[in-house]
Amino acid sequence: MLLHDLAHCRAGDKGRVATLTVVPYDDDAFPELVRALTAERVRAHLDPWVAGEVVRHELPLVCALQFVCTDVRGGGVTVSTALDTHGKSLSSRLLAIEL
Amino acid sequence: MADPVARTTVRIGAGAGFAGDRVDPAVDLAAHGALDDLVLECLAERTIALGQQRRLADPDAGHDPRLHARLAPLLPVALERGTRVLTNMGAANPVAAGRAVRALLDDLGARASVGVVTGDDVLDVLDLDAPALEDGRPLREHGEIVSANAYLGADAITPALEAGAQVVVTGRVADPSLFLAPLAQRLGWAPDDVDATAAGTLVGHLLECAGQLTGGYAADPGRFDVPDLARLGFPFADVAADGSAVYGKLDGTGGRLDRHTVREQLLYEVTDPAGYVTPDVLLDLRGVRVEDAGADRVRVHGARGRPRPDRLKVTVGHRAGTRVEAEISYVGPGAEARGRLAADVVATRLAGLPLAPRIEVRGGPEDARLRVAARGEDPTVLDAVGHEVEALYTNGPAGGGGVRVHRTPVLGVVSTLVPRSAVHPRTTILEAVGAAA
Repeated sequence: MLLHDLAHCRAGDKGRVATLTVVPYDDDAFPELVRALTAERVRAHLDPWVAGEVVRHELPLVCALQFVCTDVRGGGVTVSTALDTHGKSLSSRLLAIEL
Repeated sequence: MADPVARTTVRIGAGAGFAGDRVDPAVDLAAHGALDDLVLECLAERTIALGQQRRLADPDAGHDPRLHARLAPLLPVALERGTRVLTNMGAANPVAAGRAVRALLDDLGARASVGVVTGDDVLDVLDLDAPALEDGRPLREHGEIVSANAYLGADAITPALEAGAQVVVTGRVADPSLFLAPLAQRLGWAPDDVDATAAGTLVGHLLECAGQLTGGYAADPGRFDVPDLARLGFPFADVAADGSAVYGKLDGTGGRLDRHTVREQLLYEVTDPAGYVTPDVLLDLRGVRVEDAGADRVRVHGARGRPRPDRLKVTVGHRAGTRVEAEISYVGPGAEARGRLAADVVATRLAGLPLAPRIEVRGGPEDARLRVAARGEDPTVLDAVGHEVEALYTNGPAGGGGVRVHRTPVLGVVSTLVPRSAVHPRTTILEAVGAAA
């Protein structure tokens, strides 16, 4: 199963830091996400687009996981030579992760 | 005029979530939303540096170039209904923006007064030896500095509201502060009430990207379906004096507003859910609850706050050369292999030049597009990137087509912190011609 089957995701960007918000379609699936979608797995999956560390925050009241990714490849929105200078497409890359 | 008696609820709407946003949903919301306040957030991090460059060329420029196109259809509708309008479209030149709004209102015969908030521009007083937050290197080592703007807070906007301004134009202020200021003024929240300030900041955080709360940026056919996306409605919030809020959008508009769209936006660009920093407060989102409250209605409550930071964040814009991007396509059998061969040819041809080009073959096996991108200072070197991709027409693999070459001046952005004492917000009220001062 792909994360795409279970959850939706939004990317935000702050310079070379990207945030990825993962929310399950079904609130009952949140514990499964907490178990399966570790920071280490996300970091490995997003390599090499994310070169720095990935920190995970759990927000159980809203059934959301927040991943804060540092050193997003390309140098941030303003000076990057990447096609997606913001890193906005990282959200869809993350949804391709196999659970 | 400040409300003589504090209100019990305020309805505040989002009329733009970025500089390129649509105009018609804002006009629709102003016409039919029964709003007290409408906020148009149009100023991204880098936008002000671009504006500063235009201002250097023309002292009357530097504000949002779409200011007139956005406000001309909106202001008559909003003002007729008694809705105040707040926007950061002043960008690098709030004074010129205020004059442009004044002229627009005079043309309409509108007597409404315009409040202009300045003082965010700290370029003249910035210590260029201070370290950038991003890399610790002194600011001056990041290329020629062209702009430096402090994020002002709600306290910079309040005087214009207290003076009765019905349109408020700012430069750099924190996005949520544009919402917090009118909420606090109408609901009678004191600046040191950290939980109320946090609640108002959360309203601003959720509304500031406009359509991103109502299903924009979320649609994923078959998974996350959003009805009538082409007519996405912008959101509003009914905010109670206790800081809780019910979010909605106009009946008959496209989009979708439910706990899913709100949860995504709740954490958008939040790097620390325990302490989202604004000039007004440290917003703690950990206790926030998001509850479906009917069709396209969501109730949000539970924000907590801690006292505002002692220092203000400053965004510093610097020149960072020029970016060149050149592309060519290959289709049909073997397209990907021809794309990779083209990439090898370009890499060989550009080797030895002082640049670090990004060379990538995008697309699939039968429709591949070579993209070569580089950033640098030397125009001759940058020209070589476009020339080498274009030369693939007659010198490269079979069937290459669709060459496009783009050059864009690049402005970089870094940040630093300054003490509040270094920043002096000011308010100017522009009355209608012939009005008593």
